[in-house]
Amino acid sequence: MIQAILVFNNHGKPRLVRFYQRFPEEIQQQIVRETFHLVLKRDDNICNFLEGGSLIGGSDYKLIYRHYATLYFVFCVDSSESELGILDLIQVFVETLDKCFENVCELDLIFHMDKVHYILQEVVMGGMVLETNMNEIVAQIEAQNRLEKSEGGLSAAPARAVSAVKNINLPEIPRNINIGRNPDHEPGAC
Amino acid sequence: MALKMVKGSIDRMFDKNLQDLVRGIRNHKEDEAKYISQCIDEIKQELKQDSIAVKANAVCKLTYLQMLGYDISWAAFNIIEVMSASKFTFKRIGYLAASQCFHEGTDVIMLTTNQIRKDLSSPSQYDTGVALTGLSCFVTPDLARDLANDIMTLMSHTKPYIRKKAVLIMYKVFLKYPESLRPAFPRLKEKLEDPDPGVQSAAVNVICELARRNPKNYLSLAPLFFKLMTSSTNNWVLIKIIKLFGALTPLEPRLGKKLIEPLTNLIHSTSAMSLLYECVNTVIAVLISLSSGMPNHSASIQLCVQKLRILIEDSDQNLKYLGLLAMSKILRTHPKSVQAHKDLVLQCLDDKDESIRLRALDLLYGMVSKKNLVEIVKKLMSHVDKAEGTTYRDELLTKIIDICSQCNYQHITNFQWYISVLVELTRLEGTRHGHLIAAQMLDVAIRVKAIRKFAVSQMSALLDRAHLVASSTQRNGICEVLYAAAWICGEFSEHLQEPQQTLEAMLRPKVTTLPGHIQAVYVQNVVKLYAAILQQREQAAEPEAAQDVTQLMVERLPQFVQSADLEVQERASCILQLVKHIQKLQAKDVPVAEEVSALFAGELNPVAPKAQKKVPVPEGLDLDAWINEPPSDSESEDEKPKAIFHEEEQRHGKPRQPEADEEELARRREARKQEQANNPFYIKSSPSPQKRYQDLPGVEHIPVVQIDLSVPLKVPGMPVSDQYVKLEEERRHRQRLEKDRKKKKKKDKERKGKPRRRGSLHTESDEDIAPAQQVDIVTEEMPENALPSDEDDKDPNDPYRALDIDLDRPLADSEKLPVQKHRNADTSKSPEKEDVPVKERKIKKPKKKEKKHKEKEREKKKGKEEKPSKHKKKKHKKEKEERSKDKKKPKKKKSASDGAAEPVENGALDEDPLPPMSSYCLLAENSYIKMTYDIQGSLQKDSQVTVSVVLENQSNSFLKNMELSVLDSLNTKLARPEGSSVHDGVPVPFQLPPGVSNEAQFVFTIRSIVTAQKLKGTLSFIAKDDEGSTHEKLDFQLHFSCTSYLVTTPCYSDAFAKLLESGDLSMSSIKVDGISMSFQNLLAKICFHHHFSVVERVDSCASMYSRSIQGHHVCLLVKKGDKSVSVDGKCSDAALLGSLLEELKATLAQC
Repeated sequence: MIQAILVFNNHGKPRLVRFYQRFPEEIQQQIVRETFHLVLKRDDNICNFLEGGSLIGGSDYKLIYRHYATLYFVFCVDSSESELGILDLIQVFVETLDKCFENVCELDLIFHMDKVHYILQEVVMGGMVLETNMNEIVAQIEAQNRLEKSEGGLSAAPARAVSAVKNINLPEIPRNINIGRNPDHEPGAC
Repeated sequence: MALKMVKGSIDRMFDKNLQDLVRGIRNHKEDEAKYISQCIDEIKQELKQDSIAVKANAVCKLTYLQMLGYDISWAAFNIIEVMSASKFTFKRIGYLAASQCFHEGTDVIMLTTNQIRKDLSSPSQYDTGVALTGLSCFVTPDLARDLANDIMTLMSHTKPYIRKKAVLIMYKVFLKYPESLRPAFPRLKEKLEDPDPGVQSAAVNVICELARRNPKNYLSLAPLFFKLMTSSTNNWVLIKIIKLFGALTPLEPRLGKKLIEPLTNLIHSTSAMSLLYECVNTVIAVLISLSSGMPNHSASIQLCVQKLRILIEDSDQNLKYLGLLAMSKILRTHPKSVQAHKDLVLQCLDDKDESIRLRALDLLYGMVSKKNLVEIVKKLMSHVDKAEGTTYRDELLTKIIDICSQCNYQHITNFQWYISVLVELTRLEGTRHGHLIAAQMLDVAIRVKAIRKFAVSQMSALLDRAHLVASSTQRNGICEVLYAAAWICGEFSEHLQEPQQTLEAMLRPKVTTLPGHIQAVYVQNVVKLYAAILQQREQAAEPEAAQDVTQLMVERLPQFVQSADLEVQERASCILQLVKHIQKLQAKDVPVAEEVSALFAGELNPVAPKAQKKVPVPEGLDLDAWINEPPSDSESEDEKPKAIFHEEEQRHGKPRQPEADEEELARRREARKQEQANNPFYIKSSPSPQKRYQDLPGVEHIPVVQIDLSVPLKVPGMPVSDQYVKLEEERRHRQRLEKDRKKKKKKDKERKGKPRRRGSLHTESDEDIAPAQQVDIVTEEMPENALPSDEDDKDPNDPYRALDIDLDRPLADSEKLPVQKHRNADTSKSPEKEDVPVKERKIKKPKKKEKKHKEKEREKKKGKEEKPSKHKKKKHKKEKEERSKDKKKPKKKKSASDGAAEPVENGALDEDPLPPMSSYCLLAENSYIKMTYDIQGSLQKDSQVTVSVVLENQSNSFLKNMELSVLDSLNTKLARPEGSSVHDGVPVPFQLPPGVSNEAQFVFTIRSIVTAQKLKGTLSFIAKDDEGSTHEKLDFQLHFSCTSYLVTTPCYSDAFAKLLESGDLSMSSIKVDGISMSFQNLLAKICFHHHFSVVERVDSCASMYSRSIQGHHVCLLVKKGDKSVSVDGKCSDAALLGSLLEELKATLAQC
């Protein structure tokens, strides 16, 4: 089972917080902070597993994370999940984001947290892996987007136009997430 | 209407959407909190608007704020509103918000049941999908029970997208509602062979999760999984299955044998590292489960170790980590194969990656031997000094202690070295594990008799520099060792070289800054020291010196008497009195030393921690029988004895010194000895059968061998373990030389002239090293006739225990998932109540036929459930009790934090349970059909109500072509499909086979809601049976009570007060006599039948609120007198209030 999925940036700002077990909000924030401090002090070239310890659940749980440019993707899982499998799942998730947002960058996650959630919901459901085939995930997302479009969407076109203009004077625009596609140990590939 | 819509969309343009909110927060970096609270205010305004689009937008923003740590549970009701929107866009937003913030304690969650059911059966697969995804995050036992059947149906949905989601969510349903596992399992098993790989993978996933917790129930699936393993090409599925086999093999060794070959093939063939790794893992599990006497499997173990070595040597740190992880599993059963790779492990200890170092540490545990222990610990100690993070340092510390103490200290040959290592560890600042070190010190000092002298000298040195230990900033951790030091010095004071100096060290004023439980031990052991000194001085005939010590005690003890810690204070004052008494006796030149030291005579034996538990219950003693009459239930709730004393104090508490004169003391002691001698449960000092180290005779007869003279006994200042390492090496060297010499002599004697073997060639094996001290490691005592058992470490709180269900037993008829008849109050009742027979009897007061039926079904089921062994049932009950406790907790917490009382929920009461309530009342009935109905208003549409009609086929005929026609009045009109005339009926969208019931909904448009109305109508249908079909009719009268226009709306007490103050409400009141129902139940009834919510309740007085669909506020003040209830109502419309109160009166009259 996956206990939690956290996405935060290099400064520890949460971009996606998804717990599959109930924690009160302040504990959630504390977990995000502690997790951030745990992964922050780790170099990029050391292993991607971390014993969660007292954070969530106890010794049965592990933190498995990947670091892409400005973002950390952290999955907290128990021993029933394959460590390397989860690493690949993170890759699948990020590649799906990349496809759905067309060259995803941190800004996409910042401004479309809801959409990121919807994409995640097609990958993981209630803490269990739902789908690992990226084409299938993307197809479902696109079908739902079409459905939403046919209903007129939440906010009509004008709001979009305004936000497009406002984007220009943002303080910092993070660079694209670099997805290093590594062909090694990719179980979903077959 | 059209104008309103235009206006709505213009409004919306000025509302912030999620992007605007995010942007706003980013632009207000300095005053973020202020900006957000402003936004929350705006959101609250938006939530009050009618437009569902505005609400959805607001909820979307709330979801973002939730991520930032803001509690959004206050909007739970609005979230439910958005969930029930008809558009997918909004629905998805609602479910997302719900999945982020709903949990078992959310009180409105029970309102979602019907909405979710509706979405699950929606024709759009994405509505269903969204509902399933949402539900997977917030499913509660109630929801699981009510929806289990609907979800099970979805497992056979035509769309694989729905099937896989339905399969996955079943796991959550099983967890919350274990009774559903058996009925649903056959279908779940079917899904293992689903044509869609996604569904198949989901089913494997669920069964793996289930089997991981209770593997033995899933053994029968092994052949199926075996087939899947050999046929599947999906690596995800393969990994799961292989992991599952890892859990199954320990239970069935034959399976293991069969697995080895295909797994070995996979290891050789696969290119996916993740699969390879899991295969290796499972092979290891298989090998562990097989008995070691199988020679041909050594090849497999070699293969595994060899593959793991490749992983560990890989440059990819992840593989290195996993390799070490798997290696530690092999270590447990095949230590020899791992020990060959010691070089690799030691190398990993120096890795820059902490995770890898930790794993390597784990492996070390199995690699130590007598020979290399000292060397390895030395290496670890150097890591301790270098380690930067406290977590890693603490881990090192525990590992050092683990490694050294494993298997009863079997690898330690020199305890002086070990004690000095422990003392050296006390220099660690900020560690959490002071108590671990302390426990080791105590354990070694007590159990290794030969080391006591040395230990005491080290401990007195430690006490002497206690200020160093205690002055570090985070002193709560490491100062625990002073606890051990003080106790050891006191208990074994006869070994002290300079007791006076230690005594003074323990009486320093600085000591009072230590934590209470340590001070308490100080006080107690000061007396032991004092007794030892007294005896020494008196024997030396130095009465004045003896009086000096007494004087010192009298001067210093008051500092403890003033302690804020109860335990310290109490002990100190007792002892102070004792010492003062001694002082008096000393003044009269009475020898006292003998008496005082008699206080501490006798030796303490180590007792196993489990000893008390293992005392067998004597025959004929029933511990569960009541000694007195059991107290009544009502008392036991609130009058639980509260723990007054701090737990820690209890733990460290020792029997107090009685304040009595010496004679009295001696007398009591004698009496106690007598009593103990006669008490079969007291562990007597005569040795019970104990395991002894090295087969030596009883403890008393052990010849305590002289400690090696080369060791200095008195170590001034900081002890350093290194010097003992050196000494130990020298000792071993000498030993070796001696041995060689002996051998040489022997050989010389035997064969003179032969070239002798060099000592340097001699390789030292473990057995050759003789321990430095003749060590007597006293085993912990156990009571006689202790029963061996492994039950000790099972956790009764494990939520997965309830899922330990036999799945191979055929399904009984009664084992069906509850099928929702239609909404009634049972759904909101927690399941545990139904299973308690006493309460069941009270509940049994069925109003309607169909309820009786349901009750019967439940009883049948109960009967069935009683069949399994008692043992199982007990577990079950316990689990349920716990669940109910859990449920209550969050509620209590909430009411405490809110300050105001929370709304009373229907049915969820802690007092005597209400009879089941149903808001459905009879509409009409004939021999074919029975109609019950309920009217619900909706806040979104101010002039519409929905009439839900449940149609139940009571005949043996098939009913079809049902049509409902109603005579509209001026005020109330049935909403008909477009293009149909006023006289047309509305078709019922389903047909009814015999004995089936279903619910149809009709919308009515209302103009004025201030008075109740009645509409006449007819249901026409065709009844078809074997003999033919007939047209039938059933007339009815729909009663629109004013209550049906009210919508339960939560209201906060401050808003309520404001409303009452505003003064634009008209008032009216009623009084009803002869009411016997409890107030709690009364309120629940009003809430349920009249759609009110409780704003605040004080004793027997409650304020309630509701809102009509057209926005009228209705406030009630309900007061309960002795046998009467008075209701004062305030409402923005006097006529409406009048009608409402009339209806209320009718309800109350029945109570």
